Amino acid sequence: MAAPAINKPATESKTQALTLGKALNLGLRTAMEADPKVIVMGEDVGKLGGVFRITDGLQKDFGEHRVLDTPLAESGIIGTAVGLAVRGFRPVCEIQFDGFIFPGFDQIVSQVAKLHARTQGRVKVPMVIRVPFGGGIGAVEHHSESPESYFAHTAGLKVVTCSNAVDAYWMIQQAIQSDDPVLFFEPKRYYHSANMKADVDTSAKPYPLYASRVLRTGTTATVVAYGPSVKVAMDAATAAAEEGKSLEVIDLRTLSPLDLAPVYDSVRRTGRLIVVSESPSEASLSSEIAAKVQQECFYSLEAPVLRVNGFDVPYPPAKLEEHFLPDLDRVLDAVDRSLGW
Amino acid sequence: MSSPETWTHPEPREGPAATAAAPTAEQVIAGLRATSEGGPELVQLLTPEGERVENPEFDRYVADVTTEDLRGLYRDMVLVRRADREANALQRQGQLGIWVPLLGQEAAQIGAGRAMRTTDMAFPSYREHGIAWCRGIHPKELLGIFRGTDNGSWDSNATRFHPYCIVIGNQVLNAAGYAMGQRFEGKVGDDNGEATMVFFGDGATSQGDVHEGFVWASVYDAPLVFFCQNNQWAISEPTERQTRLPLYQRARGYGFPGIRVDGNDVLATLAVTRWALDACRHGNGPVLIEAFTYRMDAHTTTDDPTRYRLSDELEAWKLKDPIERLRVNLVRHHDADQDFFDSVQADADALAVELREFCFNMPEPPIEQMFNNVYAEASPVLDAQRDEFLSYHASFGGEH
Repeated sequence: MAAPAINKPATESKTQALTLGKALNLGLRTAMEADPKVIVMGEDVGKLGGVFRITDGLQKDFGEHRVLDTPLAESGIIGTAVGLAVRGFRPVCEIQFDGFIFPGFDQIVSQVAKLHARTQGRVKVPMVIRVPFGGGIGAVEHHSESPESYFAHTAGLKVVTCSNAVDAYWMIQQAIQSDDPVLFFEPKRYYHSANMKADVDTSAKPYPLYASRVLRTGTTATVVAYGPSVKVAMDAATAAAEEGKSLEVIDLRTLSPLDLAPVYDSVRRTGRLIVVSESPSEASLSSEIAAKVQQECFYSLEAPVLRVNGFDVPYPPAKLEEHFLPDLDRVLDAVDRSLGW
Repeated sequence: MSSPETWTHPEPREGPAATAAAPTAEQVIAGLRATSEGGPELVQLLTPEGERVENPEFDRYVADVTTEDLRGLYRDMVLVRRADREANALQRQGQLGIWVPLLGQEAAQIGAGRAMRTTDMAFPSYREHGIAWCRGIHPKELLGIFRGTDNGSWDSNATRFHPYCIVIGNQVLNAAGYAMGQRFEGKVGDDNGEATMVFFGDGATSQGDVHEGFVWASVYDAPLVFFCQNNQWAISEPTERQTRLPLYQRARGYGFPGIRVDGNDVLATLAVTRWALDACRHGNGPVLIEAFTYRMDAHTTTDDPTRYRLSDELEAWKLKDPIERLRVNLVRHHDADQDFFDSVQADADALAVELREFCFNMPEPPIEQMFNNVYAEASPVLDAQRDEFLSYHASFGGEH
């Protein structure tokens, strides 16, 4: 059964300035209104509205059987969502923090990812697993991680991430509408950033879900980023412009499947690529992007693809995270190294 | 209660229902159960009014407890609470990134912690500041976790107090394995046997790791005391969201004893934990203790309990305060005078000052710390990454 279209006839343009968190909340609400099979489940998502308040007010308005405060077990959340999806629901699971997804890893890799192929397409698993991810919030262990590469590595899963409020509003609805299971990574440090508020036009035509997007055009070098690193890349581009360097910034948005056509186009023009991500670099999405770009753009490259990543260490205590996280200076340093090759 | 048809095909709503904010009948009943006295099965030696009640089964486990010992337990609880409140204040003042309050669970932790011997091993969750205290770990050793300088600075081998575990329930399996090791090494079988205690909450009981820990410990007769502090709330979810029956009764399904103790009664908790450890030392296999208590503060300093629970509930539990009942008992039956209470208060204040000064003077961690000890053996790849970053960082002349 096809999911209902999320675009209602645009009778009137309705634009509101929203934070990323509020945009997600509105996107979830809109999806729940459009399709009674959409249910939200997770720890503290009901009365509390989630520890980040992304599901605020949903239980009050849709009831306890569409917004489930689940027992405290991630494997249980994911595993029962599979059953609900098989039964015809569209579960949206909330994992409270990135580092808590691993009890559910078995269900994600063994069932969520493989059911469709196992049944030769007879069983669909249209579920969304929302994961607040990334660092920069001064938290204790397991609350600041970037585990997206594990999931991008797993066949059968779609993996996406939003970097701004407009994408947050649309992408969560598109992910819910997708007939494939989607890991939906949310840059938690920007949930409530007032200076990242954006005008969300709920009557607009959304950008496709599984497509990366050029956010800023440039000629000196290409910077690819996703999720929380997009703002870092954009800030770096602004700073570089003051030095006369023109950086092209691409927001990947979709991590699996990767949409690298805009990256290839860009690198063929700039000859240089810097990939920015908070995740450790070894065997990561950054590695995959570097490999594909050298394969597709070999004769255009003026320098090796450089990666600006978190280090290959456990995410450090909060007082050290500013050194762990890619920042504007490390991106600019990579640009300089690329130019100096 | 709505029928399945109602909730699988809900009627479209125009907007928020006017009465939606009011708790349902189920929620009200759940709340009443959560704030009950713990049921007739609750082991209690000190009433909330501070009166000693006889218990033919458990009295003998505290028959040797002297007035001095009771004063010691009182002092432990007051100092641990003071350290907890000070750390909470330090978070409010921006000195800590977050704090996990223990308020209300002092008796559960001091009773359990003081039942342990130095040769026993403890696997904590992240709210076990009272257990840490009993293992000889100064509260300042906890601060690095919450200030963000390290993941706890105590020596977990020397203190036999494992690092705090933040992922819910993971430590239960680790504890089962450790206890299996104690048994495999022949350290159980008589009064001098070793045992392990693992600490977790009511929320954790839903995790697969906890179930698996129950299974492993039981089939290997591991000397493990599962100490579940049922503080009634897993962030915003009441215990009824995790279980339909009292948690201690789950033990029966795994084939070992389970017991519910008044977790706000330090004497009863001491007695019951001694009994359980005794069973473990002699090789009888695991025991589950459910310490029935209450989280009097927020889940952490980032949490706002007013969103999900009524203040009446907290007020009801204040009448069962773990420290107050022992104070009354000491006054009425053990001749404790004001000098004693003043001296404990002075010790508590001194501890708070020491904690505060320590916190203010904690050094920033060196950058290389995050690259250290990732592996036990050499890692040339990581060494190169560290050297490259330190060299890059030095290029800023220390201004970055």
